[in-house]
Amino acid sequence: MSKAIIEIKQVWKEYGDHVVLEKLNLNVQAGEFISIVGASGCGKTSLLNMLLGTEKQSRGSILLDGKPMPQEPNATRGIVFQKYSAFPHLNALENVMLGGEFASSPLLGKVFGNERKKLREQALEMLTAVGLADAALRYPSELSGGMQQRLAIAQALIKEPRILLLDEPFGALDPGIRKDMHKLIRELWKKRGLTVFMITHDLSEGFSLGSRVWVLDKPRIDPHQPERFGAQVVYDIDINSEHKLSNSIQSLIEKQQAAKVAV
Amino acid sequence: MRLMNSKPSRGMRLALNLLPFVILLIIYTLASDARLLENPSDKLLPSWSSFADAVQRMAFEPSKRTGEYLLWVDSAASLQRLLLGVGISAFIGLIVGVVSGMLPLFRATFSPLVTAISLIPPMAILPILFIVFGLGELSKVMLIIIGICPILIRDLQLRTQSLPKEQLLKAQTLGANSWQIMIRVVLPQVLPPLVSAVRLTLGSAWLFLIAGEAIAATEGLGYRIFLIRRYLAMDVILPYVLWIAVLAFLMDTILRLISKRAFPWYHGRGADAHE
Repeated sequence: MSKAIIEIKQVWKEYGDHVVLEKLNLNVQAGEFISIVGASGCGKTSLLNMLLGTEKQSRGSILLDGKPMPQEPNATRGIVFQKYSAFPHLNALENVMLGGEFASSPLLGKVFGNERKKLREQALEMLTAVGLADAALRYPSELSGGMQQRLAIAQALIKEPRILLLDEPFGALDPGIRKDMHKLIRELWKKRGLTVFMITHDLSEGFSLGSRVWVLDKPRIDPHQPERFGAQVVYDIDINSEHKLSNSIQSLIEKQQAAKVAV
Repeated sequence: MRLMNSKPSRGMRLALNLLPFVILLIIYTLASDARLLENPSDKLLPSWSSFADAVQRMAFEPSKRTGEYLLWVDSAASLQRLLLGVGISAFIGLIVGVVSGMLPLFRATFSPLVTAISLIPPMAILPILFIVFGLGELSKVMLIIIGICPILIRDLQLRTQSLPKEQLLKAQTLGANSWQIMIRVVLPQVLPPLVSAVRLTLGSAWLFLIAGEAIAATEGLGYRIFLIRRYLAMDVILPYVLWIAVLAFLMDTILRLISKRAFPWYHGRGADAHE
């Protein structure tokens, strides 16, 4: 068995007395696509923030390649948020070039001449890969929601991160566009051997995209003191293995879909 | 149709825009005529011809005493002070605002100081400025800076802090350090708000300029107005006031156009329509 890219060992996350996450013990191999689902407020975002490096676990350890996770965001972990990921003052091409410019010009963060030409070509290639070649010179405010997310993905992938974090990336998109984005992200994941963590509210999206699904929930609840116990990964489902989904999960999905229809 | 739903057509809007000005002019002319009929040497509401004489005298004939064209000398002196004061304030406001908006350590150190300074009425320390910097140009420029710089700093700091944190995190995952994020992500995005903030503070800048000139100067628009006030020379004062308004309007318009031209992403289609 290859070594895990991320190891989460006995991790707890608490804010004061409020336990958000408890007893997380998870190993992730390189190349897995992990969907993280769960009710709002159950700690999905805290988990993602710990992987990004903006929050620190209260107890336990998170290892990246066997070493403690850096306490700051850096280029090993790319991220796409639900919105505001692209920089509004740069056009699509400049947005994608920015990562390369940061790397090759520590002082100005801007490159010129031949180097710029090279970055430009790489960026154009990346924009083509996400289907934005025609919109290269447009500003983010002139792009539709789906195109903005494509741009955010291109921008993150140009740095060739090994880990891609997606924080409800398609939550604000129309269903049809969402489907296109699913296709795109699946393609990119397979082609580039990325390790992906995706938070989603949409269970069926989580199951159809992920190779593994983590369901976060509180197994224990103290009715007098709801913040006493945190959420855990109550189901860790490997989608590729032929195991049938447990009944409870299936009923969960059905319930959500019924709710959607009702809306 | 409800009043709130009826909108003027284009021509009608123009006519409505002009209407109050026309009415004011008519009222002035009538009042001036009435007073002058009673007392031909009345100085309070001069006739249009004495305005024309005064403008001719101030702007197009050399002064008998100094040989200078007073209106232009005054305008040049005032504009120089104003532009220096506003320019330096904008520069300081941008740098300090962005740095304290971005770096919590810097903010914790300097933000209370800036707030405290901004609470001091600038006019109250004008005597101190005259004592410390003398009666020359420096004290008048300093008055403008002390008056508007804290406002610009605080505005720019808020603008910097209100950038979506997603953007700053994203930039970090692209491998940028603090300096690179400051000059490539934050600075360009707070320039348009800086221009808006400068436009808004121009009014205060004029106030401090004219106050400073009124007290100690040898030329300048404010100096001239306060000098000839002694002779009740309304025929000069009113054109000067109008001229100041025109200059202020021009500066505001130029800044607006520069912002539109330089930051299309801020004003452009689809953006949250900043005017």
